[in-house]
Amino acid sequence: MSDETIQSSNYEIPPEMQGTVSITSLDKVYAWSRKNSMWPMMFGLACCAIEMIVLAASRFDIARFGMEVMRPSPRQSDFLIVSGTVTKKMVPQIVRLYNQMPEPKYVVSMGACASGGGPFKEGYSVVSGIDKYIPVDVYIPGCPPTPQALLNGLIALTKKVDKERIKTSEWYAKGSEAAVPVPVLGPDLMDPRKYALIYEQTHRPIEPEIPAETEQKEG
Amino acid sequence: MSEEQVTVAQIPDISLQFEGRVVKDTRAGYSGFIVGAEHLLDVVQTLRDELGFDYLSSVTGVDYLPEGKMEVVYHLYRSIGGPALVFKVQVPRDEAVVPSLYHIFKSADWQEREAWDLMGIRFVGHPDLRRILTWEGFAGHPLRKDWKEPYFEEETKPYKSRWPEGITGYIEDNNPYHDNLQYPAGFDPETWIPQAEEALYASAQKIGRDKELHTDTVVVNLGPQHPSTHGVFRMVAALDGEQVVFLKPVVGYLHRNHEKIGERNTYLQNMPFTDRLDYVSSMSNNFGYALAVEKLMGIKPPERADYIRVMMAELTRWMNHVFSFGFLWNDLGSYFTPMIYALEERELILDIFEAVSGSRMMCNYFRFGGVARDLPEGVLNKVKELVFERMPRQLDAIDKMLSTNEIVRNRCIGCGVLTAEQAINNGASGPNLRASGVPYDIRRADPYSIYDRLDFDVVVHYHGDVYDRYLTRLDEARQSNRILQQVVRDIPEGPIMTGKPAYQVRVPAGEAYGRVEAPKGELGFYIVSTGKPNPWRYHVRAPSFINLTSLEDMCRGGKIADVVLNLGAIDIVLGEVDR
Amino acid sequence: MTGKGFLSMLLGVFKRFVMTYVEDFRKGKKRYYTAEGIESRRKADVQGIFTIQYPEEKLPVPEEFRFLPFLVYEEGPNGEKDLRCTSCGICAKVCPPQCISIVRTNDPVTGKPVPQPKEFYIDVDICMNCGLCAEYCPFDAIKMDHDYELASYTRQGNIYDIERLSKPVSYYAGIRPTNYSAEEHARQEKEALKAAAKKPAATEGAG
Ligand code: SF4
Ligand code: SF4
Ligand code: SF4
Repeated sequence: MSDETIQSSNYEIPPEMQGTVSITSLDKVYAWSRKNSMWPMMFGLACCAIEMIVLAASRFDIARFGMEVMRPSPRQSDFLIVSGTVTKKMVPQIVRLYNQMPEPKYVVSMGACASGGGPFKEGYSVVSGIDKYIPVDVYIPGCPPTPQALLNGLIALTKKVDKERIKTSEWYAKGSEAAVPVPVLGPDLMDPRKYALIYEQTHRPIEPEIPAETEQKEG
Repeated sequence: MSEEQVTVAQIPDISLQFEGRVVKDTRAGYSGFIVGAEHLLDVVQTLRDELGFDYLSSVTGVDYLPEGKMEVVYHLYRSIGGPALVFKVQVPRDEAVVPSLYHIFKSADWQEREAWDLMGIRFVGHPDLRRILTWEGFAGHPLRKDWKEPYFEEETKPYKSRWPEGITGYIEDNNPYHDNLQYPAGFDPETWIPQAEEALYASAQKIGRDKELHTDTVVVNLGPQHPSTHGVFRMVAALDGEQVVFLKPVVGYLHRNHEKIGERNTYLQNMPFTDRLDYVSSMSNNFGYALAVEKLMGIKPPERADYIRVMMAELTRWMNHVFSFGFLWNDLGSYFTPMIYALEERELILDIFEAVSGSRMMCNYFRFGGVARDLPEGVLNKVKELVFERMPRQLDAIDKMLSTNEIVRNRCIGCGVLTAEQAINNGASGPNLRASGVPYDIRRADPYSIYDRLDFDVVVHYHGDVYDRYLTRLDEARQSNRILQQVVRDIPEGPIMTGKPAYQVRVPAGEAYGRVEAPKGELGFYIVSTGKPNPWRYHVRAPSFINLTSLEDMCRGGKIADVVLNLGAIDIVLGEVDR
Repeated sequence: MTGKGFLSMLLGVFKRFVMTYVEDFRKGKKRYYTAEGIESRRKADVQGIFTIQYPEEKLPVPEEFRFLPFLVYEEGPNGEKDLRCTSCGICAKVCPPQCISIVRTNDPVTGKPVPQPKEFYIDVDICMNCGLCAEYCPFDAIKMDHDYELASYTRQGNIYDIERLSKPVSYYAGIRPTNYSAEEHARQEKEALKAAAKKPAATEGAG
């Protein structure tokens, strides 16, 4: 689906890599071996996590894909399954975990909640999609996605990994190690990237607030 | 072991006994009593010490915005069984101050914190009145009726914007931040100082400093991302060597505004949301909610529906208990192999749920006055195969493998002891309560559905340690199996629904508290209706949440390694703890 | 004796391991990659291996299985799509997280609403797969799908529009044969009743 996005990335080849890129078949072997040993992080959030655990059990058995080694530590894992509702209280921790993962790292957003807020989206303490904070590689709809749907998503992830090449993949480009700023819990969740916007919004004169609110009501 | 007949005394008219301090609640559709806030402590003390009402099950607030009143509702039971004594305290909204029952009933601890957090009711005398589900510093008390969330559209569902002139695009595009956010006017993020953690760690550090030896306690933080916390649960423990001297659970990492959304939903719309409370046993949640609303509506499901309901609830219980053994093994360090066995059993039951309700976990199967659809062909035979052959056999296998296993016995016996008094006072319920020697099972103590007709024993064990909690679950799974055998044998033919299926039910004004014995304990739904299509107040008395009150009592004095075990033995599900 | 419990546990594990091969031997080739084999691995007396090897073998879903909703359309003789939906709005009202959004078609001349949706959106990142929309739609126009293989690399297009939601009746009849025939039966009965009661102008609601 997004083959173009993977392959057409316009990252520069770092000088230290330039000698190696010619060995394309080795590159393929590298991708192949990577895709067959993806270690997920053992990290459950909500209802979807139960389906994720079930995936590791005997009926669906992700060991068949080399994924059975669920690591409790982010330092040893290749990808993070955001399995469930992301609450505002939990976002700082998730972002921190993501930052701690070594590169290349991937994020699978499992279920409606992680992708877009899910049934709890309208509530006050749920984030409308984890992709507002960390980049997501594969989205799996469903509430909860059945284990087979999740497997389907994980296979999509391995396909993506398989297509990555040292030359084009962003992981080996410069500047990819920049950490995502960790949000802070204030009167509401505060993303450091949005401080200026928050200041601007909260210091607006009072009058324009009213039309803004009615606008919200009309949806 | 059996507790066949409990004497169920009538609820005394306490308005006579406490004349002038207590009056009857005379609003139409309401029951119980109204206690003056200033007399609350004496009245409750007398109720507990003299009238035997020793089990405070539920404490919650209701915001009566039009009347300008805030009401705190208490449900008090006798631990020998019988109906609830309901009493309320009414205070003005802008000055909601109520004496805390913390020192009489420890079970009020977390529930009062929740009411403070979500409704802004201040409980005087509570030693640790911090926010519990949101975080310290959160702006406002979200369950107050005049508090609006960032995506607020309308007071009640269905929203008019969805039809006939539907919206397109994402709802967050209406928000200035393009996310679910709002800040009070004049707020400056640069000057914000987070304060939540300090209070928590400070209380941990105060404890247990040895003056003579000059030793310090070590404060350890577990979670919310920890492989053994069964979800996003966090604990802060102070250790003296390896011994736990202080432990505070921190919850709210999965707070999903269940109640706020529930008050906006119509009655039926809440049904699928209840699935997501205790997501391991969604059928039980459906059951509790359906009972509460049926109580308000004054209807009863037909015979066949009742049998199907009990069948589903007991399958759920069996599955949940077996699942918990898997976790117990896991927590003991036998990583995942036993869990796989437990999950195998669970899969077979999920196949049945999937065939019946359409979804493995989020069943959404019960309707008011019945169930959504009849059992499809062949399902009953599958259930029969399971309950007569596989389930008893597998339980025996688990028993053989686990009960005499040296590691299980050495680690579990004597670990995390909770005495009967503590258990009752902490409001523990379900297997946690019965493992401490209190034979209290709602299916017997306050029977609902067809349980009074079924033959089963209330399982009780007396040591109150992790091993007994495990044994209680094991025996209870056996009893579930026994119930299931009777149910599949006797299930009658007939309709599965009273009245016509309708998406908008008429619920008369009033209040109701429906409770069931869910696998985790007493699951209660407190609903206040004003006769509108949406509930005015919708509160869930979640067993996992209140059982966690006991965690500190279990862990104090034990080793840090046992904390994980204790937590596992309480058997929590975070969806229900944080709602 | 110390160690006995421990050994019995190991024995239990070993037994399962052995049973896999015993079953393999007993069932022979049929055990894997056949419908029969899959069925035998979800029976109550299953022993040994339990795994369904997903991309090659798929666990059959029961008829009631629900994932995301879809709109049913009748196929016209020339391949035109005639949606059953009348845009009555009941599903949008009953949907718990309010993820259905319908724009009703208005007659361009009179301005009166016509029973046909102009636009129909379902935000699958909100939908909780509860099935209430399908349960309460009076025209059997929205049903729950069985297709769960929907993983994607982007979130664009996760608000399904009418194009993406529409599926033919034949598909519906294929995934839910029992429900389909029961509904057809009820519909025919109703039609017969109506025809009998009022010979002319039996305005049938099923659009
Ligand atoms: S998507 Fe559904 S099942 Fe998954 S976490 Fe959200 S509510 Fe739970
Ligand atoms: S799908 Fe059914 S309920 Fe929804 S608008 Fe169309 S006809 Fe009405
Ligand atoms: S399945 Fe439930 S949540 Fe999804 S569109 Fe239908 S009613 Fe709404």
